[in-house]
Amino acid sequence: MPGRKRERLENAADLRLQSQLGEEERFWDLMRRMARENKTAVFSFVLIVLMVLAAVLAPFLTPYDENSMDLLHRLSAPSAAHLLGTDEGGRDELTRLLYGARVSLLIGVVPALLSLLLGSLLGVIAGYRGGIVDTLIMRTADVTLAFPSMLLAMVIMYSLGGGIVNVFLTLTLVSWANVARVVRAQTLKLKNSEFVEAARVIGVSKDKIMRRHILPNCLPTLLVLFTLNIPASILTESSLSFLGLGIQPPNASWGLMINTGRQYLYSAPWLCFAPGAAIMLIVLAFNFLGNGLLDVLDPRQKKQ
Amino acid sequence: MEEKILDVRGLTVCFQTAKGTIRPVDDVSLTVPRGSIVGIVGESGCGKSMTARAVMGLVRYPGKVTGGSVLLDGREISALPERERRKLRGSEISMIFQEPMTSLNPVMRVGRQVEEAVLLHTDCTREEAKARVLEIFREVEIPEPEARYDCYPHQLSGGLRQRVLIAMAAVCRPKLLIADEPTTALDVTVEAQILSLLERLRDAGVSVLLISHNLGVIARVCDYVFVMYAGRIVEQAGTEALFERPRHPYTRGLFRAVASLREGGDALETIPGVVPNLLHLPAGCSFSLRCASCRSDCERRLPALAETEPGHKVRCFLAGEGGAR
Amino acid sequence: MSEILLEARELTKEFPAAGGKRVHAVSGVSLHIYRNETLSLVGESGCGKSTLGRLMIRTMQPTSGEVLFRGQSVTAMREREFKPLRKELQLIFQDPYASLDPRMTVRDLISEPLETWRLCESREAVTARVQELLRAVGLPEEFLYRYPHQFSGGQRQRIGIARAIAANPAFIVCDEPVSALDVSVQNQILNLLKELKASRGLTFLFISHDLSVVRYLSDRVCVMFLGKLCEIGPTEEVYRHPRHPYTRFLLDAVPVPNPSQRGKERRLLKGEPPSPADPPSGCRFRTRCPFATERCAGEEPALRDFGGVQVACHRAESVQTEA
Repeated sequence: MPGRKRERLENAADLRLQSQLGEEERFWDLMRRMARENKTAVFSFVLIVLMVLAAVLAPFLTPYDENSMDLLHRLSAPSAAHLLGTDEGGRDELTRLLYGARVSLLIGVVPALLSLLLGSLLGVIAGYRGGIVDTLIMRTADVTLAFPSMLLAMVIMYSLGGGIVNVFLTLTLVSWANVARVVRAQTLKLKNSEFVEAARVIGVSKDKIMRRHILPNCLPTLLVLFTLNIPASILTESSLSFLGLGIQPPNASWGLMINTGRQYLYSAPWLCFAPGAAIMLIVLAFNFLGNGLLDVLDPRQKKQ
Repeated sequence: MEEKILDVRGLTVCFQTAKGTIRPVDDVSLTVPRGSIVGIVGESGCGKSMTARAVMGLVRYPGKVTGGSVLLDGREISALPERERRKLRGSEISMIFQEPMTSLNPVMRVGRQVEEAVLLHTDCTREEAKARVLEIFREVEIPEPEARYDCYPHQLSGGLRQRVLIAMAAVCRPKLLIADEPTTALDVTVEAQILSLLERLRDAGVSVLLISHNLGVIARVCDYVFVMYAGRIVEQAGTEALFERPRHPYTRGLFRAVASLREGGDALETIPGVVPNLLHLPAGCSFSLRCASCRSDCERRLPALAETEPGHKVRCFLAGEGGAR
Repeated sequence: MSEILLEARELTKEFPAAGGKRVHAVSGVSLHIYRNETLSLVGESGCGKSTLGRLMIRTMQPTSGEVLFRGQSVTAMREREFKPLRKELQLIFQDPYASLDPRMTVRDLISEPLETWRLCESREAVTARVQELLRAVGLPEEFLYRYPHQFSGGQRQRIGIARAIAANPAFIVCDEPVSALDVSVQNQILNLLKELKASRGLTFLFISHDLSVVRYLSDRVCVMFLGKLCEIGPTEEVYRHPRHPYTRFLLDAVPVPNPSQRGKERRLLKGEPPSPADPPSGCRFRTRCPFATERCAGEEPALRDFGGVQVACHRAESVQTEA
């Protein structure tokens, strides 16, 4: 007990120095610092923004329609008219890629957001309430984590059937457990912090402490988890679609495009390479951005 | 003239921050005569710990020593390459910190940690090193040194851990020991023990630079004292002279604050205001914002550290007139 | 004597420790606090003073014993019965850096108790009350929408005090409120506490490890060692005539900012403090006490009265004469 107190005092001394050094950094200061120090993260961020813009503005970026067939130009190689060639139905591959980005990005963001909501809610409750509630939630999370996530996703998709909503649900169920674990750990730490004790002394109710004190202080962690969950979801969806369990044709998602392009790997390799490269780029971009955020938001990982 | 173990001249440390450059240590000159305990006293953020780090060559990024020289026993060490400095640290000049827990490796037996320091700086064998460790443990009055040798840090009390650190710092008989708030994390009864230990080390030939915010600690063991405020030395004098005739209004304010606490009364004496942010220091005297005797001159020009009587220097325009209250 | 506000009866708090042992943080402590007085609780780290403070305001429940607030047993109450009393028993924390939520503005921080207890009718009323509280603790009103990290330690502690007094509590535990602060700021805070006590009729339990800090503020002092009371009595009496050997050592050990007293031979406590998981038999201080006799090992000393000061020492009389 006294050891902990002293450690806190020691930290306080550090903070005092920090405030002498131009005050503790707020969120936007941190973002600015990341922008200065981590060029990869900035580049990744720009790339993500560009991809989102391309997906949103797809109708204005391409003269072709996403689904209209042109059987005269099946499997044509990249040319001036079709920058990335055409697929087995004569559809423009670039157009498919742009529209596919809508689905793939949505599939990245929506389940990441849902699992964040579900996971942080359950994590905070488990951490703060403790006891039987904690045990129930965390053992469920352990079971979820114990399954290989791909297998779990396949089983759920198989029983729910295809379609984008079911894909969202599946991906959420696969990834909430990790969020819950991290948030629970954070909650346990915050629960013992002095400002939470201060709120309890004042008489603030448990629910309000969770809402007003614990969750907001988990936000930086959640932000990092969010950026790291997005690529995971995109990858899982790609695999599911590749196996025929995800998005159903004629809708395009990048994973589905690889699946259909696979049959023409030798005659028309661009059908696999283009969506493959797109997946790789977006996954790497989100990962780099997530790592960049982790660097600046978690001072313990700060490099000297 | 007495021999100087440490002679620091014009030491300046700069920090680049997002909002500008600050100088936590600004043109600090100080000396430690052989066989004495010299104190630096000041409040948090005044630059006393940074001064110690700069002397040790341990200023961390984004801080940088931008000027001044450090002479250890007549030898310039501030310009030495890092390799050379590392050899000095622990052998000729060593340092102990406020928090005795974080300065020790939690998964290593304390005896081995001290032994490591011996093996690093001398070429004795393991057995000789262990003998020296046990000897220094006895010297710093660690009870049952053989048993303590095999303890891990968490098995020891705060006072014992600080003794282990002092043992580690003193085992190679350094010329200078820098103690940065060595008793702040300890209880008063343990503090008294550690202070008398420092005195005995001094008598054994180790000069000490003691950094503390506690005037009582300074008064008890120091021979000469430097008072720092906002990165600069504002007053320096022999301990008795300083406590009997403080000249700088900041020193006086501090003394009055402490004295009134001891004597009680209707309201305690305070120094109004807060320590200034180093980013927004006044152009003149850095204490002018809080000073009751501040004149217009004080806000514009920085007073020099001027000698008012032999060995007593004050950075205040009014000190010579005896007018500052 | 004025009325008793808060009373502890045979309070004991044990924590489970490694190896199936139990740490006796507080053992059988009985004391009472009068209305509008400041009782100081002094002792070294690990003596159980913070635990005792938290037991008194029921943020922790005792293993045995009870706390009475205005004659009612707070300990025996159910959570729901106790709820309205929550706002009467407040706490000021040691560390102004850790006890304020870094993500809340000053207004949010100080209005939290007001909103929790619905003490104001409108948003405007809340803001007005927060401004009034800021003035009361000596902070400018413009600070309303700033964040804690923009303040110095002393200013943060003022915010913490504003939070504690916002709901007009009857009793406040001050857990080392100035030990993280600089000397020049510490006195400002102590003055503020004394002023608030007078103007708002507050009652304080002031916890400190530093005997020199409590003298100014307290009406009575209570010295603790290893979960037990050693000595309790009017402040000046305890300082002038310490009767328990431990009190004497504590007073002696505080370094005096006067170099001319340096030569004075000091009594230093020898050895290490005993572990609270395995306290010595009889008097808990006896292993470090130069006055200890065989009786001290066998029989635990009870508090005895010496003209208003109560001392738990078999040898209090001879300690007094040998001084």
